[in-house]
Amino acid sequence: MEKTVNQKAWFLVLPVLVIVAFSAIIPLMTVVNYSVNDTFGNNEFFWAGLEWFEEMVTSSRLHDALGRQILFSGIILAIEVPLGIFIALNMPKSGFWASACLVAMALPLLIPFNVVGTIWQIFGRVDIGLLGHALAALGIDYNYTNDSLDAWITVVVMDVWHWTSLVALLAYAGLQSIPQAYYQAAKIDQASRWAVFRFIELPKMKGVLLIAILLRFMDSFMIYTEPFVVTGGGPGNSTTFLSIDLVKMAVGQFDLGPAAAFSIMYFLVILLVSWVFYTVMTNLDREEQK
Amino acid sequence: MARITLKNLAHSYYPNPTSEQDFALKEMDHVWDDGGAYALLGSSGCGKTTLLNIISGLLRPSQGRVLFGDRDVTDAATAERNIAQVFQFPVVYDTMTVRDNLAFPLRNRGMDTAYIEERVQQIAHMIGMEEVLNRKARGLTADAKQKISLGRGMVREDVNAILFDEPLTVIDPHMKWELRTQLKSLHRQFGHTMIYVTHDQTEALTFADKVVVMYDGRVVQLGTPEELFETPAHTFVGYFIGSPGMNLLEARIEGNRAHLNGATIELGATYAPLTGHTQIGIRPEYAVLTNGQGLPVKIHRVEDVGRHRLVRAEAAQQPLNIVVPEGMPVGADMTHVSFAADKINVYADDWRVQGEAA
Repeated sequence: MEKTVNQKAWFLVLPVLVIVAFSAIIPLMTVVNYSVNDTFGNNEFFWAGLEWFEEMVTSSRLHDALGRQILFSGIILAIEVPLGIFIALNMPKSGFWASACLVAMALPLLIPFNVVGTIWQIFGRVDIGLLGHALAALGIDYNYTNDSLDAWITVVVMDVWHWTSLVALLAYAGLQSIPQAYYQAAKIDQASRWAVFRFIELPKMKGVLLIAILLRFMDSFMIYTEPFVVTGGGPGNSTTFLSIDLVKMAVGQFDLGPAAAFSIMYFLVILLVSWVFYTVMTNLDREEQK
Repeated sequence: MARITLKNLAHSYYPNPTSEQDFALKEMDHVWDDGGAYALLGSSGCGKTTLLNIISGLLRPSQGRVLFGDRDVTDAATAERNIAQVFQFPVVYDTMTVRDNLAFPLRNRGMDTAYIEERVQQIAHMIGMEEVLNRKARGLTADAKQKISLGRGMVREDVNAILFDEPLTVIDPHMKWELRTQLKSLHRQFGHTMIYVTHDQTEALTFADKVVVMYDGRVVQLGTPEELFETPAHTFVGYFIGSPGMNLLEARIEGNRAHLNGATIELGATYAPLTGHTQIGIRPEYAVLTNGQGLPVKIHRVEDVGRHRLVRAEAAQQPLNIVVPEGMPVGADMTHVSFAADKINVYADDWRVQGEAA
């Protein structure tokens, strides 16, 4: 059959193109523009080349923020993934309590980020917060506003509270897809609980766990709102993660050039890490197929 | 290996069953011989899998006992029963190699490494998978995986029985034949008690020495394939076994005669007066088209199925199937059908009635 040629069909793509241009491409190009120019206002730009990039790459401030960021992502992944799996394994498989658990688990995920931050900011306050006050009453010296370790603990616990559900729900979905016959076969083979987990549950959950880890990594690497609301990056710079630092630089000090260079590198790092992660995982998978 | 005894066994999925309707498995008493090859045959939902799960210990029966040999295992856990089960879909541990899969039940029981190695080699030889021992199980085909789960069952020497839950469902037709043959030869060689659940009569009849036909939670007949074919104990067996199934004709029985809507035919035996819903059953293979003898018949159509032809007809206003051997002409003069008198079975309320020799 002859295909009719109708170039008007391109117009159908146009709205998407316009939306994407305005929402992503144009803002990104603005950032690129700032990153290679210096400006003193009045929309006057002076070519700076890669100067800002050089400055940022060698900046110890950025290195420190990156170190904190990696530490933070590492800690929350190390807690949330095993904890999420553990919760999923212990959730009821069917009946009323299964639904009840699912709803309860989903609740933290539905709360807006700044609300989560505010909840924990108040919860942890020594004067009026339930947690802070209770700890103080027990004689534990806890104050997230002037102790770095306390601030870190608060921010990590908050993230665990907020996001472990996501890992748990994904792992639960993976577990639910395992046919009953596998468990029956394991019983017949006298497999221990650990062997059931290691050889049946974990391999079947692998796919969703990879997604969970990737999502949690990207999300935690870009975390901004919650620690900003709770600690504002302090005390000192102890909880100043990359995006908090970036905002300080861009709208606090108004160093638009360095900030633009910073955000482009930030974006590339996340892209690179996610890509490496994904490639390694899919390659592992392919190797096992052989 | 062990003889399996089912004593007053019944099962209901309701906590407090009141009527017989509530029972997925109606009360039964059976003894299955050690080393026998049994097939549980029946349509979906007839209780085959329930019975299998009771034997394997995945379900505890609501009443009655299960004995392996002389040992009462009703309350024993699956692992203690030393049974093996092959499931409908291949259940293998994907991330392990074939070798580890086969060794898994032995390792879990803390056997000695040298013994495990030797035993795995033996089993791999039996199921013909020596070449792939070091491969990961996940890349293998469905039939290879089924072989692994079979091998994993047989790797334990003390296995009491091997249970098969429709194991060939996901296997390609040409591999089905091969696997079934292999099963049979393994059975002959090692003499494990094997119980094979299926809804496919060809599988059941070719695999088993004894076929257990189930219908609506009840065992309606336990017999050799020949018995099921020649003397079905229940109209369901007649209908379910054979292709097509047995012809069932409404009839009134009087001594050694059956009256069908005015026509009368001779039976091979004499029957005491029967009450209830009476029928006669005749296999399509034992009905012969003639040019004058027997009942008048109206032929609707003839289907050629290769080895023979199948005549869809009507006699005494009831549908009737007749198998006509290849080569015999079906002409316009074939106006009657006659039945081999000794092949006619008589049923009262669906159950076969034994007649006295005439």
